[in-house]
Amino acid sequence: MKIFIPTPLRQYAGRQDAVEVHASTLSDALSKLTSAHPDLKRHLYTDDGKLRAFVNVYLNDEDVRYLADKDKTAVKDGDSLSIIPSIAGGEDIL
Amino acid sequence: MATSTLVSNALSKDEILRYSRHLIMPEVGMEGQQKLKAARVLCIGTGGLGSPLALYLAAAGVGTLGLVDFDVVDFTNLQRQIIHSTSDVGRKKLDSAADKIGAINPYVEIERFDTRLSSDNALQIIRDFDIVVDGTDNFPTRYLVNDACVLSGKPNVYGSIFRFEGQASVFATQQGPCYRCLYPEPPPPGLVPSCAEGGVLGILPGLIGIIQATEAIKLILGAGDPLIGRLLLVDALGMRFRELKLRKNADCPVCGSNRTINELIDYQQFCGIRGEEAPATTALPEIQPEELKRRLDAGEDIFVLDVREPHEYQICNLNGHLIPLGDLPKRMNELDSSREIVAHCRSGVRSGKAVDFLRQAGFRKVKNLSGGILAWADKVDPRMPKY
Repeated sequence: MKIFIPTPLRQYAGRQDAVEVHASTLSDALSKLTSAHPDLKRHLYTDDGKLRAFVNVYLNDEDVRYLADKDKTAVKDGDSLSIIPSIAGGEDIL
Repeated sequence: MATSTLVSNALSKDEILRYSRHLIMPEVGMEGQQKLKAARVLCIGTGGLGSPLALYLAAAGVGTLGLVDFDVVDFTNLQRQIIHSTSDVGRKKLDSAADKIGAINPYVEIERFDTRLSSDNALQIIRDFDIVVDGTDNFPTRYLVNDACVLSGKPNVYGSIFRFEGQASVFATQQGPCYRCLYPEPPPPGLVPSCAEGGVLGILPGLIGIIQATEAIKLILGAGDPLIGRLLLVDALGMRFRELKLRKNADCPVCGSNRTINELIDYQQFCGIRGEEAPATTALPEIQPEELKRRLDAGEDIFVLDVREPHEYQICNLNGHLIPLGDLPKRMNELDSSREIVAHCRSGVRSGKAVDFLRQAGFRKVKNLSGGILAWADKVDPRMPKY
Protein backbone atom coordinates (compact mmCIF):
# COMPACT_ATOMS: atom_id res chain seq x y z
CA MET A 1 0.00 0.00 0.00
CA LYS A 2 1.04 3.55 -0.55
CA ILE A 3 1.81 5.95 2.28
CA PHE A 4 1.69 9.61 1.24
CA ILE A 5 4.35 11.66 3.00
CA PRO A 6 3.46 15.33 3.55
CA THR A 7 5.92 17.98 2.42
CA PRO A 8 7.21 19.01 5.88
CA LEU A 9 8.18 15.39 6.60
CA ARG A 10 9.70 14.40 3.25
CA GLN A 11 13.19 15.35 4.39
CA TYR A 12 12.94 12.52 6.95
CA ALA A 13 11.72 10.00 4.40
CA GLY A 14 14.56 10.27 1.92
CA ARG A 15 12.77 13.16 0.13
CA GLN A 16 10.08 10.82 -1.20
CA ASP A 17 6.49 11.98 -1.51
CA ALA A 18 5.14 8.44 -1.15
CA VAL A 19 6.47 5.17 0.24
CA GLU A 20 5.27 1.64 -0.61
CA VAL A 21 4.90 -0.85 2.19
CA HIS A 22 3.36 -4.30 2.50
CA ALA A 23 1.35 -4.57 5.66
CA SER A 24 -1.66 -6.31 7.09
CA THR A 25 -2.90 -3.63 9.47
CA LEU A 26 -2.58 0.09 9.76
CA SER A 27 -0.24 -0.03 12.73
CA ASP A 28 1.87 -2.58 10.87
CA ALA A 29 2.10 -0.17 7.92
CA LEU A 30 3.18 2.74 10.12
CA SER A 31 5.66 0.62 11.99
CA LYS A 32 7.24 -0.53 8.70
CA LEU A 33 7.40 3.11 7.64
CA THR A 34 9.21 4.24 10.78
CA SER A 35 11.57 1.24 10.69
CA ALA A 36 12.60 2.16 7.17
CA HIS A 37 12.84 5.87 8.08
CA PRO A 38 13.72 6.17 11.77
CA ASP A 39 13.95 9.98 11.67
CA LEU A 40 10.23 10.06 10.90
CA LYS A 41 9.44 8.40 14.17
CA ARG A 42 10.08 11.34 16.48
CA HIS A 43 8.11 13.65 14.21
CA LEU A 44 5.12 11.33 14.13
CA TYR A 45 5.18 9.88 17.63
CA THR A 46 5.68 11.19 21.15
CA ASP A 47 8.19 9.56 23.48
CA ASP A 48 5.50 7.28 24.84
CA GLY A 49 4.59 5.96 21.44
CA LYS A 50 1.42 7.96 20.78
CA LEU A 51 0.73 9.59 17.44
CA ARG A 52 1.32 13.31 17.84
CA ALA A 53 -1.85 15.37 18.16
CA PHE A 54 -1.07 17.69 15.27
CA VAL A 55 -0.67 14.78 12.87
CA ASN A 56 -3.67 13.03 11.41
CA VAL A 57 -3.61 9.71 9.63
CA TYR A 58 -6.19 8.83 7.01
CA LEU A 59 -6.84 5.41 5.56
CA ASN A 60 -8.07 6.27 2.08
CA ASP A 61 -10.32 9.23 2.94
CA GLU A 62 -11.29 8.29 6.49
CA ASP A 63 -9.68 9.62 9.65
CA VAL A 64 -8.19 6.68 11.55
CA ARG A 65 -9.52 8.04 14.86
CA TYR A 66 -13.04 7.31 13.65
CA LEU A 67 -12.47 3.80 12.36
CA ALA A 68 -13.98 1.06 14.50
CA ASP A 69 -10.72 -0.86 14.82
CA LYS A 70 -8.60 2.29 14.76
CA ASP A 71 -4.99 1.39 14.07
CA LYS A 72 -5.73 -2.35 14.12
CA THR A 73 -7.81 -1.85 10.97
CA ALA A 74 -6.88 -4.30 8.24
CA VAL A 75 -5.38 -2.81 5.09
CA LYS A 76 -5.03 -4.12 1.56
CA ASP A 77 -2.57 -3.46 -1.25
CA GLY A 78 -4.70 -0.91 -3.06
CA ASP A 79 -5.28 1.19 0.05
CA SER A 80 -3.51 4.44 0.73
CA LEU A 81 -2.48 6.06 3.95
CA SER A 82 -2.16 9.83 4.18
CA ILE A 83 -0.26 11.62 6.89
CA ILE A 84 -1.66 15.12 7.28
CA PRO A 85 0.12 17.49 9.65
CA SER A 86 -1.20 20.92 10.44
CA ILE A 87 0.39 23.70 8.41
CA ALA A 88 0.08 27.41 8.84
CA GLY A 89 2.15 29.08 6.14
CA GLY A 90 4.74 31.62 6.70
CA GLU A 91 5.17 33.93 9.66
CA ASP A 92 8.82 34.94 9.39
CA ILE A 93 10.42 33.73 12.58
CA LEU A 94 14.03 33.88 11.42
CA MET B 1 -26.75 36.00 7.75
CA ALA B 2 -27.22 39.71 8.21
CA THR B 3 -30.73 40.61 7.22
CA SER B 4 -31.31 43.89 5.47
CA THR B 5 -34.34 44.91 3.53
CA LEU B 6 -34.07 44.27 -0.16
CA VAL B 7 -34.48 47.99 -0.79
CA SER B 8 -31.20 48.93 0.88
CA ASN B 9 -29.39 46.25 -1.12
CA ALA B 10 -31.07 47.20 -4.32
CA LEU B 11 -28.65 47.33 -7.21
CA SER B 12 -28.21 50.51 -9.17
CA LYS B 13 -28.17 50.49 -12.98
CA ASP B 14 -24.42 50.79 -12.78
CA GLU B 15 -24.10 47.78 -10.48
CA ILE B 16 -26.46 45.74 -12.63
CA LEU B 17 -24.21 46.32 -15.62
CA ARG B 18 -21.09 45.68 -13.55
CA TYR B 19 -22.37 42.32 -12.33
CA SER B 20 -24.16 41.30 -15.49
CA ARG B 21 -22.16 38.10 -15.88
CA HIS B 22 -23.40 37.04 -12.44
CA LEU B 23 -26.96 38.15 -13.03
CA ILE B 24 -27.47 36.17 -16.21
CA MET B 25 -26.79 32.93 -14.33
CA PRO B 26 -29.78 31.50 -12.47
CA GLU B 27 -27.39 30.25 -9.75
CA VAL B 28 -26.73 33.90 -8.84
CA GLY B 29 -29.33 36.20 -10.41
CA MET B 30 -30.52 39.45 -8.86
CA GLU B 31 -31.35 37.70 -5.60
CA GLY B 32 -27.87 36.20 -5.28
CA GLN B 33 -26.15 39.45 -6.15
CA GLN B 34 -28.18 41.25 -3.49
CA LYS B 35 -27.12 38.62 -0.96
CA LEU B 36 -23.52 39.35 -1.93
CA LYS B 37 -24.13 43.05 -1.47
CA ALA B 38 -25.66 42.48 1.94
CA ALA B 39 -22.84 40.22 3.05
CA ARG B 40 -20.13 41.27 5.48
CA VAL B 41 -16.95 39.20 5.20
CA LEU B 42 -13.94 39.56 7.48
CA CYS B 43 -10.57 38.85 5.84
CA ILE B 44 -7.95 38.14 8.45
CA GLY B 45 -4.64 38.90 6.80
CA THR B 46 -3.98 40.71 3.52
CA GLY B 47 -0.90 38.74 2.56
CA GLY B 48 -0.52 35.62 0.46
CA LEU B 49 -3.95 34.14 1.00
CA GLY B 50 -5.64 37.46 1.67
CA SER B 51 -4.51 39.00 -1.63
CA PRO B 52 -6.50 36.93 -4.12
CA LEU B 53 -9.27 36.52 -1.57
CA ALA B 54 -9.91 40.22 -1.09
CA LEU B 55 -9.52 41.01 -4.80
CA TYR B 56 -12.04 38.40 -5.91
CA LEU B 57 -14.54 39.07 -3.13
CA ALA B 58 -14.43 42.75 -4.13
CA ALA B 59 -14.87 41.92 -7.80
CA ALA B 60 -17.81 39.68 -6.93
CA GLY B 61 -19.58 42.52 -5.18
CA VAL B 62 -19.40 41.54 -1.52
CA GLY B 63 -20.89 44.60 0.15
CA THR B 64 -18.57 44.96 3.14
CA LEU B 65 -15.05 43.67 3.51
CA GLY B 66 -13.34 43.83 6.87
CA LEU B 67 -9.55 43.74 6.63
CA VAL B 68 -7.37 42.84 9.58
CA ASP B 69 -3.63 43.39 9.17
CA PHE B 70 -1.01 45.23 11.21
CA ASP B 71 1.87 44.52 8.90
CA VAL B 72 3.86 46.53 6.38
CA VAL B 73 4.58 45.50 2.77
CA ASP B 74 8.02 43.90 2.49
CA PHE B 75 9.98 43.47 -0.74
CA THR B 76 9.98 39.68 -0.35
CA ASN B 77 6.16 39.71 -0.18
CA LEU B 78 5.83 40.74 -3.84
CA GLN B 79 6.60 37.24 -5.12
CA ARG B 80 3.11 36.16 -4.03
CA GLN B 81 1.08 38.89 -2.32
CA ILE B 82 -0.37 40.25 -5.50
CA ILE B 83 -2.61 42.86 -3.95
CA HIS B 84 0.56 44.81 -3.20
CA SER B 85 2.82 46.31 -5.82
CA THR B 86 6.46 47.42 -5.90
CA SER B 87 5.56 51.01 -5.09
CA ASP B 88 3.74 49.82 -1.95
CA VAL B 89 6.89 48.47 -0.27
CA GLY B 90 7.09 50.12 3.13
CA ARG B 91 3.39 51.04 3.23
CA LYS B 92 0.91 49.51 5.62
CA LYS B 93 -0.67 46.47 3.98
CA LEU B 94 -4.08 47.72 5.03
CA ASP B 95 -3.67 50.94 3.03
CA SER B 96 -2.25 49.16 0.00
CA ALA B 97 -5.04 46.57 0.04
CA ALA B 98 -7.78 49.14 0.52
CA ASP B 99 -6.51 51.14 -2.47
CA LYS B 100 -6.59 48.14 -4.81
CA ILE B 101 -10.00 46.98 -3.60
CA GLY B 102 -11.41 50.45 -4.09
CA ALA B 103 -9.95 50.59 -7.59
CA ILE B 104 -11.57 47.28 -8.57
CA ASN B 105 -14.91 48.00 -7.01
CA PRO B 106 -15.81 51.33 -5.39
CA TYR B 107 -19.12 49.86 -4.20
CA VAL B 108 -17.33 47.76 -1.58
CA GLU B 109 -17.36 49.23 1.93
CA ILE B 110 -14.00 48.62 3.54
CA GLU B 111 -13.61 48.39 7.30
CA ARG B 112 -10.01 48.47 8.42
CA PHE B 113 -8.65 46.90 11.57
CA ASP B 114 -5.07 48.01 12.00
CA THR B 115 -4.32 45.61 14.77
CA ARG B 116 -3.04 42.18 15.59
CA LEU B 117 -6.00 39.94 16.23
CA SER B 118 -5.88 38.86 19.88
CA SER B 119 -7.98 37.37 22.62
CA ASP B 120 -8.78 40.91 23.69
CA ASN B 121 -10.32 42.05 20.42
CA ALA B 122 -11.27 39.01 18.34
CA LEU B 123 -14.82 38.56 19.57
CA GLN B 124 -15.69 42.24 19.19
CA ILE B 125 -14.25 42.42 15.70
CA ILE B 126 -15.85 39.21 14.46
CA ARG B 127 -19.26 40.00 15.93
CA ASP B 128 -20.27 42.40 13.15
CA PHE B 129 -19.42 40.07 10.28
CA ASP B 130 -21.21 37.10 8.75
CA ILE B 131 -18.27 35.03 7.57
CA VAL B 132 -14.62 34.97 8.59
CA VAL B 133 -11.87 33.98 6.17
CA ASP B 134 -8.63 32.97 7.82
CA GLY B 135 -5.58 34.01 5.84
CA THR B 136 -3.11 34.02 8.69
CA ASP B 137 0.35 32.61 8.88
CA ASN B 138 0.86 31.22 12.36
CA PHE B 139 -0.63 28.60 14.63
CA PRO B 140 -1.67 30.70 17.62
CA THR B 141 -3.86 32.92 15.40
CA ARG B 142 -5.36 29.88 13.68
CA TYR B 143 -6.59 28.57 17.01
CA LEU B 144 -7.71 32.04 18.09
CA VAL B 145 -9.74 32.54 14.92
CA ASN B 146 -11.25 29.10 15.21
CA ASP B 147 -12.33 29.49 18.80
CA ALA B 148 -13.64 33.01 18.23
CA CYS B 149 -15.68 31.81 15.25
CA VAL B 150 -17.17 28.87 17.12
CA LEU B 151 -17.99 31.01 20.14
CA SER B 152 -19.53 33.68 17.90
CA GLY B 153 -21.36 31.27 15.60
CA LYS B 154 -19.60 32.49 12.44
CA PRO B 155 -18.31 30.12 9.75
CA ASN B 156 -14.53 30.06 9.38
CA VAL B 157 -13.30 29.59 5.81
CA TYR B 158 -9.93 27.96 6.34
CA GLY B 159 -6.96 27.83 4.02
CA SER B 160 -3.33 27.07 4.72
CA ILE B 161 -0.22 26.55 2.67
CA PHE B 162 3.29 25.18 2.84
CA ARG B 163 5.80 25.23 -0.03
CA PHE B 164 3.65 23.76 -2.78
CA GLU B 165 0.85 22.09 -0.83
CA GLY B 166 -2.30 23.58 0.59
CA GLN B 167 -5.37 22.73 2.58
CA ALA B 168 -8.85 24.25 2.52
CA SER B 169 -12.05 23.66 4.42
CA VAL B 170 -14.98 25.40 6.06
CA PHE B 171 -15.00 25.16 9.83
CA ALA B 172 -17.21 26.33 12.66
CA THR B 173 -20.60 25.83 11.08
CA GLN B 174 -23.41 24.49 13.24
CA GLN B 175 -23.28 20.91 12.01
CA GLY B 176 -19.71 20.78 10.84
CA PRO B 177 -16.36 20.32 12.56
CA CYS B 178 -14.04 23.06 13.70
CA TYR B 179 -10.26 23.40 13.37
CA ARG B 180 -9.74 21.78 16.76
CA CYS B 181 -11.74 18.72 15.65
CA LEU B 182 -9.04 18.19 13.06
CA TYR B 183 -6.04 19.33 15.06
CA PRO B 184 -6.69 19.35 18.81
CA GLU B 185 -3.17 20.57 19.49
CA PRO B 186 -0.65 22.69 17.65
CA PRO B 187 2.80 21.42 16.76
CA PRO B 188 5.55 22.47 19.17
CA PRO B 189 7.33 25.57 17.86
CA GLY B 190 10.19 24.77 15.55
CA LEU B 191 8.81 21.46 14.35
CA VAL B 192 7.05 22.85 11.26
CA PRO B 193 9.05 25.36 9.22
CA SER B 194 7.56 28.70 8.16
CA CYS B 195 7.54 30.07 4.59
CA ALA B 196 10.68 32.06 5.33
CA GLU B 197 12.54 28.88 6.19
CA GLY B 198 10.75 26.50 3.87
CA GLY B 199 9.98 28.83 0.98
CA VAL B 200 6.67 28.86 -0.87
CA LEU B 201 5.71 28.63 -4.54
CA GLY B 202 4.37 32.10 -5.29
CA ILE B 203 1.25 30.83 -6.99
CA LEU B 204 0.24 28.59 -4.13
CA PRO B 205 -1.52 31.12 -1.91
CA GLY B 206 -3.21 32.29 -5.11
CA LEU B 207 -4.66 28.83 -5.67
CA ILE B 208 -5.79 28.35 -2.09
CA GLY B 209 -6.95 31.95 -1.58
CA ILE B 210 -9.24 31.65 -4.60
CA ILE B 211 -10.66 28.43 -3.18
CA GLN B 212 -11.38 30.32 0.04
CA ALA B 213 -13.06 33.15 -1.89
CA THR B 214 -15.14 30.56 -3.74
CA GLU B 215 -16.27 28.96 -0.50
CA ALA B 216 -17.17 32.32 1.03
CA ILE B 217 -19.27 33.21 -2.01
CA LYS B 218 -20.99 29.81 -1.95
CA LEU B 219 -21.88 30.27 1.70
CA ILE B 220 -23.33 33.71 0.98
CA LEU B 221 -25.34 32.48 -1.97
CA GLY B 222 -26.34 29.20 -0.33
CA ALA B 223 -25.18 27.48 -3.52
CA GLY B 224 -23.19 24.36 -4.36
CA ASP B 225 -21.53 22.01 -1.86
CA PRO B 226 -19.34 23.89 0.57
CA LEU B 227 -16.24 22.27 2.06
CA ILE B 228 -18.02 21.55 5.34
CA GLY B 229 -16.76 18.29 6.77
CA ARG B 230 -14.31 18.06 3.87
CA LEU B 231 -10.60 18.75 3.82
CA LEU B 232 -9.38 19.64 0.37
CA LEU B 233 -5.70 18.86 -0.15
CA VAL B 234 -3.94 20.55 -3.02
CA ASP B 235 -0.57 19.42 -4.38
CA ALA B 236 0.43 22.09 -6.85
CA LEU B 237 3.49 20.25 -8.19
CA GLY B 238 1.49 17.14 -9.05
CA MET B 239 -1.61 19.28 -9.74
CA ARG B 240 -3.56 16.78 -7.67
CA PHE B 241 -6.61 17.58 -5.61
CA ARG B 242 -7.64 15.07 -2.97
CA GLU B 243 -10.33 15.16 -0.39
CA LEU B 244 -10.50 13.70 3.09
CA LYS B 245 -13.56 13.37 5.31
CA LEU B 246 -13.63 15.54 8.38
CA ARG B 247 -15.88 14.70 11.27
CA LYS B 248 -17.11 16.84 14.09
CA ASN B 249 -15.43 15.57 17.23
CA ALA B 250 -18.14 15.04 19.84
CA ASP B 251 -15.54 15.65 22.54
CA CYS B 252 -14.16 18.80 20.96
CA PRO B 253 -13.47 21.26 23.78
CA VAL B 254 -14.88 24.20 21.87
CA CYS B 255 -17.54 22.91 19.47
CA GLY B 256 -18.46 19.60 21.12
CA SER B 257 -21.47 18.91 23.26
CA ASN B 258 -19.51 19.36 26.49
CA ARG B 259 -17.78 22.60 25.73
CA THR B 260 -14.96 23.38 28.13
CA ILE B 261 -13.63 26.44 26.33
CA ASN B 262 -16.08 29.28 26.85
CA GLU B 263 -13.76 32.17 26.33
CA LEU B 264 -10.63 32.97 24.40
CA ILE B 265 -7.38 31.78 25.96
CA ASP B 266 -3.71 32.68 25.75
CA TYR B 267 -2.90 31.15 22.36
CA GLN B 268 0.81 31.91 22.48
CA GLN B 269 1.02 29.82 25.60
CA PHE B 270 -1.20 27.12 24.09
CA CYS B 271 1.23 26.88 21.21
CA GLY B 272 4.14 26.68 23.60
CA ILE B 273 5.70 29.92 22.48
CA ARG B 274 5.66 32.05 25.60
CA GLY B 275 7.59 30.72 28.58
CA GLU B 276 9.91 28.83 26.30
CA GLU B 277 13.57 28.67 27.22
CA ALA B 278 15.68 31.30 25.49
CA PRO B 279 16.67 29.90 22.10
CA ALA B 280 19.90 27.91 22.13
CA THR B 281 21.67 30.49 19.96
CA THR B 282 21.91 33.08 22.73
CA ALA B 283 23.88 30.74 24.97
CA LEU B 284 26.20 29.60 22.20
CA PRO B 285 29.60 31.00 21.34
CA GLU B 286 29.24 33.53 18.54
CA ILE B 287 31.44 35.55 16.29
CA GLN B 288 30.47 38.79 14.59
CA PRO B 289 30.91 39.05 10.80
CA GLU B 290 33.44 41.89 11.10
CA GLU B 291 35.63 39.85 13.39
CA LEU B 292 35.45 36.80 11.13
CA LYS B 293 36.48 38.95 8.18
CA ARG B 294 39.37 40.46 10.10
CA ARG B 295 40.65 37.05 11.19
CA LEU B 296 40.28 35.48 7.73
CA ASP B 297 42.12 38.41 6.16
CA ALA B 298 44.89 37.98 8.74
CA GLY B 299 45.38 34.46 7.45
CA GLU B 300 44.12 32.67 10.54
CA ASP B 301 43.23 29.01 10.10
CA ILE B 302 39.44 29.04 10.36
CA PHE B 303 37.22 26.37 8.87
CA VAL B 304 34.02 27.96 7.58
CA LEU B 305 31.13 25.52 7.72
CA ASP B 306 28.05 26.40 5.68
CA VAL B 307 24.95 24.48 6.84
CA ARG B 308 22.55 25.77 4.22
CA GLU B 309 21.13 23.84 1.25
CA PRO B 310 22.97 23.51 -2.09
CA HIS B 311 20.53 25.80 -3.89
CA GLU B 312 21.20 28.53 -1.33
CA TYR B 313 24.95 28.15 -1.87
CA GLN B 314 24.31 29.01 -5.52
CA ILE B 315 22.76 32.34 -4.55
CA CYS B 316 25.72 33.54 -2.52
CA ASN B 317 28.35 31.97 -0.28
CA LEU B 318 31.47 32.60 1.78
CA ASN B 319 33.35 29.74 0.11
CA GLY B 320 32.48 27.67 3.12
CA HIS B 321 32.45 23.88 3.26
CA LEU B 322 28.84 22.94 2.59
CA ILE B 323 27.14 20.37 4.81
CA PRO B 324 23.37 20.94 4.93
CA LEU B 325 22.12 20.89 8.51
CA GLY B 326 20.07 17.72 7.96
CA ASP B 327 23.19 15.87 6.77
CA LEU B 328 25.45 17.03 9.60
CA PRO B 329 25.04 13.96 11.84
CA LYS B 330 26.22 11.58 9.15
CA ARG B 331 28.90 13.86 7.69
CA MET B 332 30.45 15.01 10.94
CA ASN B 333 33.59 13.01 10.07
CA GLU B 334 34.40 15.67 7.44
CA LEU B 335 35.10 18.07 10.30
CA ASP B 336 38.31 18.31 12.27
CA SER B 337 37.54 19.12 15.88
CA SER B 338 41.07 20.38 16.48
CA ARG B 339 40.49 23.28 14.07
CA GLU B 340 38.51 26.39 14.79
CA ILE B 341 35.15 26.12 13.07
CA VAL B 342 32.73 28.93 12.30
CA ALA B 343 29.30 27.71 11.25
CA HIS B 344 26.94 29.91 9.29
CA CYS B 345 23.59 29.76 7.54
CA ARG B 346 21.30 32.44 6.15
CA SER B 347 20.47 34.27 9.34
CA GLY B 348 22.02 32.36 12.20
CA VAL B 349 19.18 30.08 13.28
CA ARG B 350 20.14 26.84 11.55
CA SER B 351 23.84 27.36 12.22
CA GLY B 352 22.96 27.89 15.88
CA LYS B 353 21.43 24.42 15.88
CA ALA B 354 24.55 23.09 14.15
CA VAL B 355 26.83 24.63 16.78
CA ASP B 356 24.65 23.22 19.56
CA PHE B 357 24.75 19.78 17.95
CA LEU B 358 28.53 19.84 17.44
CA ARG B 359 29.20 21.00 20.98
CA GLN B 360 27.13 18.14 22.30
CA ALA B 361 29.18 15.84 20.10
CA GLY B 362 32.33 17.11 21.80
CA PHE B 363 33.52 19.90 19.48
CA ARG B 364 35.08 22.65 21.63
CA LYS B 365 36.21 25.16 19.01
CA VAL B 366 33.00 25.85 17.15
CA LYS B 367 31.25 29.23 16.94
CA ASN B 368 28.11 30.55 15.29
CA LEU B 369 28.32 33.44 12.81
CA SER B 370 25.96 35.94 14.36
CA GLY B 371 23.24 36.99 11.92
CA GLY B 372 24.45 34.58 9.25
CA ILE B 373 25.32 35.48 5.69
CA LEU B 374 22.67 38.21 5.79
CA ALA B 375 24.65 40.01 8.48
CA TRP B 376 27.85 39.49 6.43
CA ALA B 377 26.12 41.16 3.49
CA ASP B 378 25.01 44.05 5.72
CA LYS B 379 28.22 44.66 7.62
CA VAL B 380 31.10 43.31 5.59
CA ASP B 381 30.29 42.95 1.89
CA PRO B 382 27.42 45.06 0.50
CA ARG B 383 27.93 43.53 -2.94
CA MET B 384 26.73 40.20 -1.62
CA PRO B 385 23.09 39.57 -2.60
CA LYS B 386 20.60 39.02 0.18
CA TYR B 387 17.66 36.67 -0.06
